[in-house]
Amino acid sequence: MGSDPRLAPGVASSLLDLVGLTPLIELPRLSPKPSVRLYAKLEGQNPSGSIKDRVAKAMLDAAEASGELEPGRRLLEPTSGNTGIALALVARLRGYPLTCVVPSNVTAERRRLLQLYGAEIVDSPGEEGSNGAVRLALELAEQDSTFFMPFQYANEANPRAHYEGTGAEIAAALDHVDALVAGLGTGGTLMGAGDRLREAFPDVVVAAAEPLPGDEVMGLRSLEDGYVPPILDVAKLDRKLLVTNAEAVASLRLLLEREAVLGGVSSGAVIHAALRLADELDEGVIVCVLADGGWKYLSADFWDAADVARAMERSVWW
Amino acid sequence: MATIRIPPTLRAEVGGARELDARGCTVADVIDDLVARFPALETQLLSGGQLADFVNVYVRGEDVRTRDGLDTEVREGDQLILLPAMAGGSFGVRPHGV
Repeated sequence: MGSDPRLAPGVASSLLDLVGLTPLIELPRLSPKPSVRLYAKLEGQNPSGSIKDRVAKAMLDAAEASGELEPGRRLLEPTSGNTGIALALVARLRGYPLTCVVPSNVTAERRRLLQLYGAEIVDSPGEEGSNGAVRLALELAEQDSTFFMPFQYANEANPRAHYEGTGAEIAAALDHVDALVAGLGTGGTLMGAGDRLREAFPDVVVAAAEPLPGDEVMGLRSLEDGYVPPILDVAKLDRKLLVTNAEAVASLRLLLEREAVLGGVSSGAVIHAALRLADELDEGVIVCVLADGGWKYLSADFWDAADVARAMERSVWW
Repeated sequence: MATIRIPPTLRAEVGGARELDARGCTVADVIDDLVARFPALETQLLSGGQLADFVNVYVRGEDVRTRDGLDTEVREGDQLILLPAMAGGSFGVRPHGV
């Protein structure tokens, strides 16, 4: 924490000093057998509440170091999820205005969070989903050279933040890791932390938990609209496990009941995938990266829904 | 016999079905069986004899690309899921009009 010599030990100079070095806890009550030890990296403990603080800080650090980002420029990113909120926090502390391009039908609590952190919001056509937001952001960046777009899907600082941070922290904390499980979004966590853990533990299995979207969400896209983030190299994944929304929520509840950890939806999916791997192992160590806490999902319908799958099929959850 | 879940974007090619039965001991066999009945699927699913880049196929809940690809074993009663590759990272978005 903090390299400022004027500060007493344990005092940070700003929230940016508190990004990373998240807690790693064992989940003994969740493990299906004592010989398989499950651990969770609690990324919800980052200042804006998600793993994306690491990515936002790393992308802006890299852009400032290269001279691409300097005072007077404005940040632009197509996102309304955790990356937008993390960028808004870092941008505010660094003094850059941030514009987030979000589909017009984004959920109200995401919009509110972005506004509270000071981001300007530009709506893209809701029916075009995330692809429409990416397209409009690229157009805006083209028209106005004061915009700088970090673009997490293609920014190498994203996996590097996990190589130098998330992965290095796990490697330093544990003597051995047999499997790393993380949610598949941009691929940043799996690529970066996966590479770092492979260096320390060459036989580690890098496993992705991937969402099975509802029909309505999928219905917006054609195969031609398919998108594989440039930073994601699927060949580096040892396992890629599909998790339904209902399975993710069932595991969220289990995590809460057994270990009193309140995770976000992708954390439930990661736990589901980890328990599947645990069943295959006689013994070993599995590390789960839990990307955020459950706080941003409290108003969602699925917590009390009789039919969880139906309650969740209309939204993208991670 | 295995069942195959068809994503919304491909349903027009299979007469609107959400799920179909198909025969085969490997993913390649199952896709061949499907394409024999619905030839329009071939260009959507395959490219140069391999799975097209933006198509993911899952057997027993796992992407065949991290198993044995088109040679991945299909067992009696397995469910195959076809999905378009989608941009990751949550946008917290609801489909239009919802």
